[in-house]
Amino acid sequence: MSTATRPGTSSEPESVGASAGPPLGAAPGGAARVRGRRRARRRNVLSALLFLSPWIIGFLIFTAWPMIYSAYLSLTDYDVINDPEFVGVQNYIDLASDDKLLLALGNTALFTLLQVPLYVVVSLALALLLDRAGRASGFFRTVFFLPKMTPPVAVGVLFLLLFNGQNGLINTVLGWFGIDGPAWTTDPAWVKPGLVFMSLWTVGASVIILLAALRNVPKELYESAQLDGAGFWRQSLSVTLPMISPALFFIIVVNTIAGLQTFDEAYTAFFGAGNTTYSNDAALFYVIYLFQQAFEFLHMGYASAMAWLLFLVIMVITAIQLIVSRRLVYYEGDR
Amino acid sequence: MSTDIRVAAAESEAARPLPAGGAPPTRTVPAGRGGARARRRAGTVLAWVALSLLGIVFMYPFVWLVSASFKPRSDVFDNRLIPETFTLDNYVQVWQEAPLALWLLNTAIVTVLAAVTVTISSAMVAWGFAYFRFRGRGFLFGLVLATMMLPGAVTMIPTFLIWNALGQVGTLTPLWAGNLFGSAFYIFLLRQFFLGLPRDLFEAARIDGASQWGVFWRIALPLTGPALAVVLVFEVQAVWTDLMKALIYLRDSDTFTIPRGLKSLVDAYGFGGEWHWEIIITASVITTLPLIIVFFLAQKRIIDGVASTGLKG
Repeated sequence: MSTATRPGTSSEPESVGASAGPPLGAAPGGAARVRGRRRARRRNVLSALLFLSPWIIGFLIFTAWPMIYSAYLSLTDYDVINDPEFVGVQNYIDLASDDKLLLALGNTALFTLLQVPLYVVVSLALALLLDRAGRASGFFRTVFFLPKMTPPVAVGVLFLLLFNGQNGLINTVLGWFGIDGPAWTTDPAWVKPGLVFMSLWTVGASVIILLAALRNVPKELYESAQLDGAGFWRQSLSVTLPMISPALFFIIVVNTIAGLQTFDEAYTAFFGAGNTTYSNDAALFYVIYLFQQAFEFLHMGYASAMAWLLFLVIMVITAIQLIVSRRLVYYEGDR
Repeated sequence: MSTDIRVAAAESEAARPLPAGGAPPTRTVPAGRGGARARRRAGTVLAWVALSLLGIVFMYPFVWLVSASFKPRSDVFDNRLIPETFTLDNYVQVWQEAPLALWLLNTAIVTVLAAVTVTISSAMVAWGFAYFRFRGRGFLFGLVLATMMLPGAVTMIPTFLIWNALGQVGTLTPLWAGNLFGSAFYIFLLRQFFLGLPRDLFEAARIDGASQWGVFWRIALPLTGPALAVVLVFEVQAVWTDLMKALIYLRDSDTFTIPRGLKSLVDAYGFGGEWHWEIIITASVITTLPLIIVFFLAQKRIIDGVASTGLKG
C-alpha cells in the first residue's frame, strides 16, 4: 500500500532547534555562494549521487531492466529451461481467448467492486464513531488496528474456519437469528462475498487514516456552519465530507489497487499443493492465475503478457479515479 | 396532546416578562448549552456502546483462535469460548510435526536484515533528495514516486530470473537483498521528514568540518528517530507476513519462513483429506503472536505512522 503522490503537503514533523533558521524544504537562502561556485557545485552533485546511488542501482537492476525484459518476454515463449522463443504478439492474442483468464478478470473485478465500497463505508463508520468516543478512542483504535497485524496467511486460515458452512462461527451466529447461512467456502456464488467480509476485518489502517483526517478538520468551520444554522447532516455534507475527501480518495485508490492484486488470503484458502478437496474457480483471482502461469506451469512469456495487461488495467482505473477526483476532492489551499 | 403541552410551554415563555433593554434572557443561554453538553455526552455513551460491540466482533477471531488451540481435535468447531476439555497436546504436536523454531529463526533473520537495510538505504536516498540541490532532482524524484504505481507482477519474473542466474533461488537472500536499494514509499516518507529539519544546522556542521556523510549520519539521522521507527516497524510487518516471495523463492521446508510454513501446514493438514485443523490453528496462534507483541511495543509509532501516510497521500 503505497501511492502517495502529493509531496509537500505533510503535517510538519516536530521541529528541531526552533531558532535554527529555515528548514531544508524552504527556498535556498543567500548564504554560501560566490567563491568557487562551479567546483563546489560539481562536488555537490557528486555527493548527491553517492547518496542516491542505492536507489539508482536498485532502480536499474530491479525496476528498469525487469520492465524492459518483461516486455520482451511477453513477446516470447519461455519456460526458464530453454531459451526464449520469439512469438510476436501471440501471447496477447491468446489472452483474449483464455477462458480462465476471463474468469480471473471477472472474479477480480467483482471482488474489487464489492470490497472497495464496503471497505470505505465500514472504515468511515468506525472512524466517525471513534471521533465521538473521546478519551476511549485510543483504546478502540488499537482494537480495530490489531487484525491488520495478523499475517494474511492466518487470515486465510481464519476465513476457512469462521466461514465454514456447517459449523463455522459465522453461520452459527446467523442461525441464532434464524438465518440459514450459505456454504461460504464451497458455494461458488458465496466465496467472493465471504472473502470480502473477511477482508473487512483488516480495515484498521483505513480507519486510522480517516480518523486523523476527521481530527484535522478545523473546529471553526463547524462553529461558523452552526452560526449559519446548519444542522448535523448539513455540516456532515458541507464541512466534514469535503475536508476529509483527500483521505477518502487516498483510501479508495490504494484499496482498488490492492484489491486488483489480491492474492495471499485467497491463495492460502483455496490453492496450493494439497488442495484436492474442492473446486476453486470462484477464488481464481488475477494475480493467483498469473502466479500459476509463471511458477507452476512455467509459462513465463504468457505470464509476462498477463502482468502488462494488469499494469494497463491499473493505470486506466487509477487515471479515471484521478480525473473524477478533480471534481470531487477538495484540497485545502491547493491550486 | 403533546402539541397542547408545547403550546402551553410557548405561552408561558411568552408570558414571562422580558428583561429591560430587550436583551436576550440570560437564563436560557446556560440552560441551552447544558442541554447540548448532555446531548454530546449521550452521543459519546452511545458511541462507546457501539464501539464496544464492534470491538468484541473485531477481537473475537483472536479469542476463537486461541481458545480453539487448547481444544482437542473433536471440539475445535464447537464454538465454545472456554474449552470443554483443556489440552496442551496441540502445542506439543505442532512443535514435533513442523520445524516451527527453524521457521521462526528464518523469518527473524530475513525480517531483521530486510528492515535494517531498507531503513538505512531509504534514509540515505531520502537525504540525497532533501539536502542536495542539483539539476534533474525533480525528475528523479518523480521517477521514485512513479515506481510506486508499478504492480509487483511486472518485475516479478525478471527479478526471479536474476536471482536464479545468481544461484540464490532456494536461499533466503532474495527475500531481503532487494532492500539494500531502498524502497520508494519509505524514501518519500523520510524525505518529507528531512525537509522539515533546519538547514542552518547542517551548514554549520559543514563549516565546522563535518563531511557530507558525517552530516547525514551523525546529525540528520539522530534527529529522524521517530520517522525511522515508523519505517522499521512497517517493514517488519511487511516482511514477517509476506507469502508471495516465499512461495517463489523457497523450496525446502528447512528454509521456510513463517507464512510459507503455515501455508505448507494448510496444504498438508487442512487439504488432502487430513483435516487436522487443530494443528493449523495452533501454528496460526504461534505465528501471529510475535507481531502482536511488536505491535504493543510500538503501538503509538505505528498508529501515528499510518495516520500520517494518509495525510501525505
